[in-house]
Amino acid sequence: MPAIHSITVPKWGLSMEKGRLTAWHRQVGDRVSPGDEICDVETDKISGGLEVNVGGVLRRQLAQEGDELPVGALVAVVADAEVPEAEVDAVVAAFQASFVPAAAAGEGEGAQPQKIEIGGRRIRYLKRGERGDPVLLLHGFGGDLGNWLFNHDALADKHAVYALDLPGHGESSKDVGAGTLDELAAVVTAFLETVGVESAHLVGHSLGGAVALAMASSTPKRVRSLSLICSAGLGREINAGYIDGFVRATTRNALRPCVAQLYAQETLVTRQLVDDLLKYKRLEGVDAALRKLADNLFPGGTQRSLFRDALASTRIPVLVVWGGKDRIIPASQADGLPGHVRVEVLPDAGHMVQVEAAGAVNRLLASFIR
Amino acid sequence: MARTITYQQAINEALRQEMERDPRVIVMGEDNAGGAGSPGEQDAWGGVLGVTKGLYPRFPDRVLDTPISESGFIGAAIGAAVAGMRPVAELMFVDFMGVCFDQIFNQAAKFKYMFGGKAETPVVIRTMIGAGFRAAAQHSQMLTSIFTHVPGLKVACPATPYDAKGLLIQSIRDNDPVIFCEHKLLYGLKGDVPEESYTVPFGEANVVREGKSVTVVAYGRMVHFAVQAAGELAKKKIDCEVIDLRTTSPMDEATILESAEKTGRVVVVDEANPRCSLATDVAALVAEKAFRSLKAPVERVTAPHVPVPFSDALEDLYIPSPAKIGAAVERVANYH
Repeated sequence: MPAIHSITVPKWGLSMEKGRLTAWHRQVGDRVSPGDEICDVETDKISGGLEVNVGGVLRRQLAQEGDELPVGALVAVVADAEVPEAEVDAVVAAFQASFVPAAAAGEGEGAQPQKIEIGGRRIRYLKRGERGDPVLLLHGFGGDLGNWLFNHDALADKHAVYALDLPGHGESSKDVGAGTLDELAAVVTAFLETVGVESAHLVGHSLGGAVALAMASSTPKRVRSLSLICSAGLGREINAGYIDGFVRATTRNALRPCVAQLYAQETLVTRQLVDDLLKYKRLEGVDAALRKLADNLFPGGTQRSLFRDALASTRIPVLVVWGGKDRIIPASQADGLPGHVRVEVLPDAGHMVQVEAAGAVNRLLASFIR
Repeated sequence: MARTITYQQAINEALRQEMERDPRVIVMGEDNAGGAGSPGEQDAWGGVLGVTKGLYPRFPDRVLDTPISESGFIGAAIGAAVAGMRPVAELMFVDFMGVCFDQIFNQAAKFKYMFGGKAETPVVIRTMIGAGFRAAAQHSQMLTSIFTHVPGLKVACPATPYDAKGLLIQSIRDNDPVIFCEHKLLYGLKGDVPEESYTVPFGEANVVREGKSVTVVAYGRMVHFAVQAAGELAKKKIDCEVIDLRTTSPMDEATILESAEKTGRVVVVDEANPRCSLATDVAALVAEKAFRSLKAPVERVTAPHVPVPFSDALEDLYIPSPAKIGAAVERVANYH
């Protein structure tokens, strides 16, 4: 019997309870394939395309543009063309009859971030998924574990996926020690030890990529594979104006144009996103931490540590993903890497490629991490 | 993710963290310790509504109970500030401020100016403001504008738990006297507050909601009413931008004017009486500096020019309501 697929409002991030459907990209009767974005969903913090992971014909749209829907609510139904209308209606009716929004049902929000002590520092992390080889997600400069909100759950189907806040970031301690790549790598290595993970697939974005590269050099046995997303550590050039602007910005008006450079599609930079970053930047110790890291890692506006040579000799599988419109670290740094490195450039995305092209990045990671 | 705590807990946490950080920070006020020096349970109370509860056992020599003599202990706090301490004095209800106006207006606010910039007065005076507490005319006033009027004082008026903590920490670290206004009906309000210490700078308004049709400027409890009204107005396709002033002195003129230039339509909401109020001040600012952008007269939504009534029904009528704000915004939005 051909399947009937219910497409529901996804949960992007811990605090998301509802989303607003802002635009339909597919109409009833259109054919859809896995990876197609059928509509845009917007939350206070972020907006993104809702991707289907099934193929068929879009048979029902259960919401109109502008509607606000709770997480888990039915948005659309996809089924093959030969499925009778009555069967589609029956699935919709059954779904709606049994659907209770999570908030109304009083359910917990699922896994919550944990905090542990590592070498006198508090480290916050979030674990999703229990099965399979462990995966560790490492965010970039000024980011936090929330940078993976479109990716974390997608990987958790097949892996135990950890994301942490690096020292100086998110809700981890703001003490960055010497502020070197080696020190960050040592903290992450100690983290793996503390949570009982012998070795993990490392997925690093930007600065997080350089941390992963440093770990691959210092403790290769702990690294099963490297997925480097718009990664630092592969070339000297970095947008010094961005680093400096981000470190210096103390107001929303200063921060917004700066953060906009992270995205190819600047409309993704919502007021809430900027406000949340500003709140982070105002925490005690963050300013000093960011300055120290920037001074150490990007002295004089260029990257201090390069790992291109190390990549040539490593036996660890390496995937490099870049947004073609990256304005922070140019995608040209993906050129000329050793032959065993798999390189994928997603032409329309910027530095936050794992947000802007989440579906494509998730598919690349799923196919690479085995 | 920050945890959720109340406005009152956020203030308590700010005091505790600043006392831990800086030994010069002291807390003083009526029953702030809870009857120190008398037999019975210490730390029983922590101020009239318990905001300082728990501080006395942690810092027994830095939380002081004072006599019911505002002119005396506010003067003592100001003197201690000049002598190098960083006192946070609690003056229960803003309505009682009158008995120590000389200390505040003529001493604390003027020292830096009178002594050639050499004297600093890093004192914070925390005080409860606002109506709706069924506490009648002598315990319900919104006197923010009186302090805003006086050069040499800074005035903060947080609307959320996040701002309450960040603005209080900023107030304690600031080298000028700060009047820190706490709305008594917001004490129970819950919101996300980081566990770590942080500051919210003075003179930076918060754009609580972005919109294109009408700018609504508010502060304190009225911010929540304005947001509520904006939610209703959105159903009528009126898209409000809501600005929370956060501090009334200094005041973020740039954010107000930028928004006024964008929308061309401005409503100011103030829980205070209308004459010489923040509403009047903001309306004058917009009329003077954004006149060419205006498409409609500026409207003010304020309490009437009467004392706060004791009758519940009359007090409810006295306070600007979301409905009154909504009606004013509709008039301004539909003005041609």
